[in-house]
Amino acid sequence: MSLFSSRKTKFVDADILVIGGGFGGCGATYESRFWGRDLKIVLVEKANIERSGAVAHGLSAINCYMGMRWGENQPDDFVRYARGDLMGLVREDLIFDIARHVDSTVHKFEEWGLPIMLNPETGRYQREGKWQIMIHGESYKPIIAEAARKSASEVYNRIMVTHLLMDKAKPNRVAGAIGFSVRDGHCYVFRAKAVIVAAGGASHIFRPRSIGEGTGRTWYAPWSSASAYGLVLQAGAKMIQMENRIVLARFKDGYGPVGAWFLLLKAYATNAYGEQYEAARLAEIKALVGKYAETVPMPTCLRNHAMLEEIKAGRGPIYMHTQEVLDSREKEEIGWEDFLDMTVGQAVVWASQNIDPKEKPSELITSEPYVMGSHATCSGAWASGPEDVAPADYQWGYNRMTTVEGLFGAGDTIGGSAHKFSSGSFTEGRIAGKAAVKYVSEMGTTPPQLDEAQVRQLEQTIFQPRENYEVGRNEIVAGSVAPSYLSPLQGLQRLEKLMDEYVGGISTFYMTSEPMLQRGLELMAMLREDLAHIGAEDLHQLQRAWELSHRVWTSEAVLRHTLYRQETRWPGYYYRGDFPRLDDAGWHVFTASQYDANTGEWQMDKLPVHHIIA
Amino acid sequence: MPTFTYMTRCDGCGLCVDICPSDIMHIDKTYRRAYNIEPNFCWECYSCVKACPQHAIDVRGYADFAPLGHSVTVLRDEAAGTVSWKIKYRDGRVKEFTFPIRTTPWGSIKPPSDYAAPEAGALGSPMLAHEPDALMVEALPLLPPAGPQH
Repeated sequence: MSLFSSRKTKFVDADILVIGGGFGGCGATYESRFWGRDLKIVLVEKANIERSGAVAHGLSAINCYMGMRWGENQPDDFVRYARGDLMGLVREDLIFDIARHVDSTVHKFEEWGLPIMLNPETGRYQREGKWQIMIHGESYKPIIAEAARKSASEVYNRIMVTHLLMDKAKPNRVAGAIGFSVRDGHCYVFRAKAVIVAAGGASHIFRPRSIGEGTGRTWYAPWSSASAYGLVLQAGAKMIQMENRIVLARFKDGYGPVGAWFLLLKAYATNAYGEQYEAARLAEIKALVGKYAETVPMPTCLRNHAMLEEIKAGRGPIYMHTQEVLDSREKEEIGWEDFLDMTVGQAVVWASQNIDPKEKPSELITSEPYVMGSHATCSGAWASGPEDVAPADYQWGYNRMTTVEGLFGAGDTIGGSAHKFSSGSFTEGRIAGKAAVKYVSEMGTTPPQLDEAQVRQLEQTIFQPRENYEVGRNEIVAGSVAPSYLSPLQGLQRLEKLMDEYVGGISTFYMTSEPMLQRGLELMAMLREDLAHIGAEDLHQLQRAWELSHRVWTSEAVLRHTLYRQETRWPGYYYRGDFPRLDDAGWHVFTASQYDANTGEWQMDKLPVHHIIA
Repeated sequence: MPTFTYMTRCDGCGLCVDICPSDIMHIDKTYRRAYNIEPNFCWECYSCVKACPQHAIDVRGYADFAPLGHSVTVLRDEAAGTVSWKIKYRDGRVKEFTFPIRTTPWGSIKPPSDYAAPEAGALGSPMLAHEPDALMVEALPLLPPAGPQH
């Protein structure tokens, strides 16, 4: 402490604290203000909400829109789709809840100024596919951020939240959060009656395909540092489906999106010999997963599986035949905007490698795995469902409240609820925001109290990596190799290698097994110990140190869940070599974990999957 | 494609530092100009490129897979509501595109507190703000009757 005596601790009081200013957090902030006119609503973000979260870049489509006003789809149709894509295991109550509200969210986005493409023939939103609509989305995030800024009492940018704080008097109740400013280096303590965690999922927990500079171009944003899980699981929240990592089939290296190409422009993919391989592999897939192979459309993981088998058989590269479909300037613009709105790097790959999509096909590849709650995957916290929809054992309080009292979640934080994407994450934030207002209004006269001892301990812990560096660097002449500390990047590379080699990354073609996972767990325990010896050269590296911590905790949960589920439920996402088939008799359930901070133990369980939609 | 900064254009204003989602645009202490401190954490999101009033920030494709000789430059014009792109290929070909970014004036979003306050009892309903009107259907969908388990 003595080294950094100019550091202050600043206290911020809030009725509702929203952690993370991406789509989930902006939705939570907006809705909290609508229902809680007199409440103090504080939004805290480690970057700048103008361009933060997974949509910082922009987007070219909204992937969750029903179109109920035109009778295009109904919420129960969407539940069937998401359930099918996730091989049967989703929280149908949560998905139904998002689907029934999401159209009002998208209509607001349009009113606020988001340009949504219209179909010139029907006058309706231009569909990309059954659930997706096309947008001019370069400024999607700045527009949504404007709405959030006008809703929050205060927005704190550049504060890295490291831990949640618990109530002194009542166990298992949240009391706020603690972190530090990446700019002024002060410690920030937020005291709140309710906390909504809307932080990001996990990139960079598995070794990326790219090396060197290109590791920045993971498919999922490098700043999505698993805080969605790292924060809530250490507070004791029950987590589900953490093994359900996602692998994306995307344009090679740039990871440009494929949705508009497949769905709207009707391009197709083949192996190097021009063969369309998915249909040819159907019988083999059926032997692995039975009836799920017949799901229409074919689940994302199974499509990955077919591509992987082609690559393993030496029939790559896999090509997307863009040149077959770009027969007009209009279509060429759609193809390019798809990248320029959300993945400029793919446009750079084309420019640098002299690939004109009108003339020649482009390579596809499967990405390194990621852990998220909002895409075609549903890792996250176990949450109470909507009162009028959720089965009795799926509700114990307020909508989207985790198993920790007063701790709500939205977006990547909430598990079991796949296919939210941008609009659904904002919508889930709205749902959580309204529920948090209700929780605060019914709280009575016993608001949570900070545990001063916990705060003092964490003030010390948070800045320890700075001290580790300042002390340890005096031992060495110069350079990055020191005996007493690891840099955050060195720690991250250890994590990525471990997860890749033992937990089903690219180097084993996503294969793992109990012996591999057990060995991985031994190494993970040592990595977790070494987190106490991370050295941070400056405040930026201190941010990286705590991002690493959230990634490591999340990865341990991923590893433990992967070990617990003794089947291969999602071939194409990962494989258990010792249990190579889907097993509905034993594993048509959610896997659940709960970490006990007092004992350091993880409790693993099965939770029932209820089908409430026919 | 990590970003880099042209020495003669950057005036050290720090707008890129302020916007970068990855916190990797920092001011060099010697030259008082911005640079990318961690290219391996750059998502090539172009947030800094678009924010730079001096057009001092450009990108060069990731060294591990992008051959040299290309450029992708952008002009984002909030007043006009457009974003314009110029793509130069390694072999010299050029493509240009312009897309809309917003249909309403910046700053025009109506805050939620400017709407009539909801009735106290509405806090217990499943309805969200602006519903059912904003759904553009008559009522919020309720759960359909349960079908057979499967």
